[in-house]
Amino acid sequence: MILNDLLQIKDQERAARKKTTLRCCMAAGCMSSDSKGVKEQLEKAVADAGLQDTVEVRGVGCMKLCCEGPLVQADPQNALYIKVTSENAPSIIAALKGGKAEAAQTDPDAAFFKKQLSIVLANSGVVDPDRIESYIALDGYQALHEVLHEMTPKDVVDTMVNSGLRGRGGAGFPTGLKWGTVAKSPGAKKYVICNADEGDPGAFMDRSVLESDPHAVLEGMAIAAYAVGADQGFIYVRAEYPLAITRLQTAIKQAKQLGVLGSGIFESPFNFTIDIRIGAGAFVCGEETALMASVEGKRGTPRPRPPFPAESGLFGCPTLINNVETFANVPAIYRNGAEWFAGIGTEKSKGTKVFALAGKIKNTGLIEVPMGTPLRTIVEEMGGGAPGGAKIKAVQTGGPSGGCIPSQHLDTPVDYESLGKLGSIMGSGGMIVMDESTRMVDVARFFMEFCMDESCGKCIPCRAGTVQMHNLLEKILDRRATPRDLLKLEELCDMVKNTSLCGLGQTAPNPTLSTLRFFRNEYEELLQPEAHGPKGNGEAKKQTLTT
Amino acid sequence: MAAKTLTIDGKQISAEEGATVLQAADEAGVKIPTLCHLDGVYDVGACRLCLVEIAGVPKLLPACTTQVAEGMVIHTDSERLRKYRRMTLELLFAERNHVCAVCVANGHCELQSLAYNQGMDHVRYEYNFPKWSVDNTHRLFGMDHNRCILCTRCVRVCWHIEGAGTKNVAGRGGKAHIISDLNMSWGQSYSCTECGKCVQACPTGALFHKGSTAAEMERDRTRLEFLVTAREKKQWITGEE
Amino acid sequence: MIATPLHSKRNRLPAVLEHASGDKRFKILEVHMKKHQFRHDALIEVLHKAQELFGYLEDDLLLFVSYKLKLPPSRVYGVATFYHFFNLKPQGEHTCVVCMGTACYVKGADKVIAAIQDQTKIRPGETTPDNKVSLLTARCIGACGIAPAVVYDGTVNPRATPESAVKQIKKWTGT
Ligand SMILES: Cc1cc2nc3c(=O)[nH]c(=O)nc-3n(C[C@H](O)[C@H](O)[C@H](O)COP(=O)(O)O)c2cc1C
Ligand code: SF4
Ligand code: SF4
Ligand code: SF4
Ligand code: FES
Ligand code: FES
Repeated sequence: MILNDLLQIKDQERAARKKTTLRCCMAAGCMSSDSKGVKEQLEKAVADAGLQDTVEVRGVGCMKLCCEGPLVQADPQNALYIKVTSENAPSIIAALKGGKAEAAQTDPDAAFFKKQLSIVLANSGVVDPDRIESYIALDGYQALHEVLHEMTPKDVVDTMVNSGLRGRGGAGFPTGLKWGTVAKSPGAKKYVICNADEGDPGAFMDRSVLESDPHAVLEGMAIAAYAVGADQGFIYVRAEYPLAITRLQTAIKQAKQLGVLGSGIFESPFNFTIDIRIGAGAFVCGEETALMASVEGKRGTPRPRPPFPAESGLFGCPTLINNVETFANVPAIYRNGAEWFAGIGTEKSKGTKVFALAGKIKNTGLIEVPMGTPLRTIVEEMGGGAPGGAKIKAVQTGGPSGGCIPSQHLDTPVDYESLGKLGSIMGSGGMIVMDESTRMVDVARFFMEFCMDESCGKCIPCRAGTVQMHNLLEKILDRRATPRDLLKLEELCDMVKNTSLCGLGQTAPNPTLSTLRFFRNEYEELLQPEAHGPKGNGEAKKQTLTT
Repeated sequence: MAAKTLTIDGKQISAEEGATVLQAADEAGVKIPTLCHLDGVYDVGACRLCLVEIAGVPKLLPACTTQVAEGMVIHTDSERLRKYRRMTLELLFAERNHVCAVCVANGHCELQSLAYNQGMDHVRYEYNFPKWSVDNTHRLFGMDHNRCILCTRCVRVCWHIEGAGTKNVAGRGGKAHIISDLNMSWGQSYSCTECGKCVQACPTGALFHKGSTAAEMERDRTRLEFLVTAREKKQWITGEE
Repeated sequence: MIATPLHSKRNRLPAVLEHASGDKRFKILEVHMKKHQFRHDALIEVLHKAQELFGYLEDDLLLFVSYKLKLPPSRVYGVATFYHFFNLKPQGEHTCVVCMGTACYVKGADKVIAAIQDQTKIRPGETTPDNKVSLLTARCIGACGIAPAVVYDGTVNPRATPESAVKQIKKWTGT
């Protein structure tokens, strides 16, 4: 495979385009509402109407407005059909010829779409994820070619540093710096791992990217591998995402066949293969050291760092580990240049961020906005506020490691620093909207239960501390707790945060701390006055340690 | 090997490159509390009792897995660390059923003496009172899960010193527990060589010699150390279970 | 690396191997292990395959895997019980997985599961006595856009309600 072959595929693919395209969402959300049947009916209707030569029905990835699925978009008509059923699908074809479509429509130029800026999701809902040609038609794999033939690994790292990209997996670590460290680590064998464990309950960005545009992730990984000197990659996907796994398998197979993965890529000396590893239902395996243990076939328990994976990671070799969305940004950065990327976003947070908007909000789905976009724009303008005109109470970001941002802070711009100042985190991109009917103590309990269930059990503060904090939260909810219990809870939060081994324990108190910070009154309303007397002060009886 | 100079609790000391903070402190006569650490097997940094403050590092780091560096300034006994240690111990006592008065290890238990030394005289958390069993099926040894603190010392000696791989951790979180083979009773285990190393390694009364009374339960650590050294010389297996 | 269970006194292995030789699924599993060159790091992949073939991971199956991969049984058991995806007990004819992720929770997944519990009289993680239905929970299946989500026998059902869930359960149990 050389550049000309790639360009030829691109030209062929573009030349084969038909006058009208009907893009039909085939991502997991819409598939659950029978988008497969819709697509079949559309294809049949096209055949019945004898329109095969002018109309293309294309299965694509997520078209973002998941709550209204199945979605079908007709172009160039610019008509977006929602909640399409296999019964009313044929009428969409009739509408192409001037008839009336029975399927409902929504405005594709509404704020939900117009306020988005797509880098990561640029191809989502546009390319057919099952066909590598579809990706190549939109300049796919050209960045990889350029990197391999015109840049040294050091150039590649420098470009990444200049782009200012920060990891999208949660912590926001500068990606260029990480690549540089792995590149410098001595070792004949190095690995690149894509973290697709997406454990935050309420986040589905990574799933959508994998289902909608798997090749962007593969290309990003290959570029990273060249930069750091790795020849083997792994994608660690959670087992709950069967469709993403199938799409990745297809994508890897096609990429190998075309020679954009494998040995001697683009006739250069660079070799790179990618294998999939399937998780088995453990949130903690999103933590990088636990993930590597899991890839090695072990119990997914984290280990202390240092040594960091960049020095000693998978099988003891230097390992680069990045999130799905981080990798999906990579090809665009090399296509358009570091300056272009650095020109988007805020001073310290560059580029865009994808959020999975869900909860008590009218428009649920995926949004990608420049860093620094105010929460209010996302929630009120794009999300359309809470359904039924209810009042939004808080927005939860960062999942079980994050916090709740109350409505009075809705003007906060979303970037790593601003969210951190409010005691939350950017996290991987889950954004759950809560309205007045949500009880914040219950939210804190919900997340504490999550962390308690997902604790790996290795270190004492997290294993036993989450149990006690959960006990205390239940006690508060049951109106059995006293002010002293609340103090105990806060003390435990502090202790677990500072002494746990890994990020799970270190951040498990965050939802509790943040709801305590902004909704303390909801806790206090549930407290009982301190009881006096020999028992009933909530304290366990004294433990005797000796005979 | 190059020597590093560092300060531990105000004492200027020097330590070999590659040594852990725990080793360096030990040599300087500074006692850092530990539970999951056991000389001779690799460290896991799990119990978090040995956490220390290192100037310039925002996070607390476990002394047992952190290597010394030139100019490190370390505090091992601040008010904050002592508080965290007490709380860690309280959490352990509340987690399972540690009834010291009727324990074979009473008086020889590392957990018990740590509680003493750290001034943990009562537990403020609700006891979980979980239902854990006692495994008395082995010919020579017994295991009382009620007293297990999941330090995995038994697992590590069984794998890396004895090389049997009988013991491991099953389940996760609060349901994590020590197993023999396929979670069968210890007596049924066909990989156990009956070497007794796990019993030697256990810091509490969770693993015990059958028929022993508290007085007999003084662990013969010297025997274990001898074995450890012997194996180390032969470059015994490394890595994780 | 580690002593294999072979040398032991109470060895269950011969019986397991004997039993395995008569079952085609063990053959398929072994081919799968061979594809991974019996590498230790393939353990989780192998367990996935085993569960796919057998439905759940019973002791003899785990012992077989441990023998073939030359891993101590305790490691295999430790791994199998660490990951929630692996079942060590047989599942019912039908499975109902209720998503209890954040998005589904705030949209009323708790009411859906309460209704199912009420109908089936079992709790999450349990199977009805007639072995018809297993009730499970998940921590976000990534379909938050259509919350609350329930998965019936592998098919995602969007915007579940207590009523729709009870209806599906009744269909399975024929009540
Ligand atoms: C408990 C826990 C869960 C995590 N889960 C994920 C996850 O699901 N996906 C992810 O990309 N990173 C996750 N992370 C962060 C990773 O450890 C790691 O920082 C990240 O994959 C690095 O990639 P990035 O630099 O591209 O963000 C998790 C961290 C912790 C502590
Ligand atoms: S903090 Fe929790 S998840 Fe992390 S190592 Fe400790 S017990 Fe395991
Ligand atoms: S007696 Fe020896 S072989 Fe048996 S479990 Fe203990 S350490 Fe392992
Ligand atoms: S049995 Fe003893 S050595 Fe083993 S984990 Fe429990 S307390 Fe530690
Ligand atoms: S002794 Fe260091 S963490 Fe346990
Ligand atoms: S929270 Fe249920 S699908 Fe995400």
